Amino acid sequence: MSDVTGPAPVSALNGAVFDGYVRIAEAPMRGMITLRGDLSSSMMRNGATKVTGCDMPGQRQISLGEDRVIAWMSPDELLVGMPLSETAEALETLAGTFTDPAFSAVDVTHARAAFTLTGEDALVREVLAKLAPVDMSPEAFPEGSFRRTRLAQVPAAFWMPEPGRAELVCFRSVAGYVFSILSDAAREDGIVGLYA
Amino acid sequence: MLLLECPNCGVIAEETEFHGGGEAHLKRFGPGSSDQDFEGYLFQRENPRGVHFERWRHVTGCGKWFHAARDTVTLEVFGTYSAQTVEPPEDLLETIRAKRPGFKWRDIA
Repeated sequence: MSDVTGPAPVSALNGAVFDGYVRIAEAPMRGMITLRGDLSSSMMRNGATKVTGCDMPGQRQISLGEDRVIAWMSPDELLVGMPLSETAEALETLAGTFTDPAFSAVDVTHARAAFTLTGEDALVREVLAKLAPVDMSPEAFPEGSFRRTRLAQVPAAFWMPEPGRAELVCFRSVAGYVFSILSDAAREDGIVGLYA
Repeated sequence: MLLLECPNCGVIAEETEFHGGGEAHLKRFGPGSSDQDFEGYLFQRENPRGVHFERWRHVTGCGKWFHAARDTVTLEVFGTYSAQTVEPPEDLLETIRAKRPGFKWRDIA
């Protein structure tokens, strides 16, 4: 029989890094769980806050904890993030909380890739603005905003936990594509000065 | 380029974040309907020069469907509204009547 625990999970690009005018790095794997159900219900609130310790986020917001997050994905969907090693425990907690079959918690850790963009705040915003049809000015996209959108040709979601750093999540199957377009947008000779 | 506001998540974005879903407010005629009704449901579509009502999906955003009213000539978007309805809201129709007096779209005027 196969080993049920299996080998340690490997991220999509093995931690690829590109140093341009913004540093693009594949983030280490984190636990990600998609929660579906009525966001205004106490069952959803209890489930999401219990496993993260964060507050419920508002519409298009992300609520950031020490090493956990709750992101508002759509009117009936949340994404919770946590350290990889605690995913199984969180799923168990959620299974215990979500007694109503109209609520679901699905582990999407291995279906996602994550990237971190670091650099000067205006330049990090510029790299994202090159690829997504989103107004990335600090007024329109302040800290705590969360946006699901299109990154060139594929869906992605991102947020800025602090000035000069953006976190981005996409499907794992397009990780290579996303890394290459981000790297291309961040090439040293490509500064536009949009938010300078 | 259209700028649409998704009524489900409140994002105002350009059309590449969305996907068009064809004409709005179709009434389905299924098994047991007359051939004429079924043909109308399946094939007959409006192709107006002016006010038009459409379905759109916020495909790379929240993933939800909604309705949009727009002008096919000027690309002006009059408004967007919930997918869970069989007719446009009255206040939106008032806006359109003010901007395009005498418009007619199927039996909406």
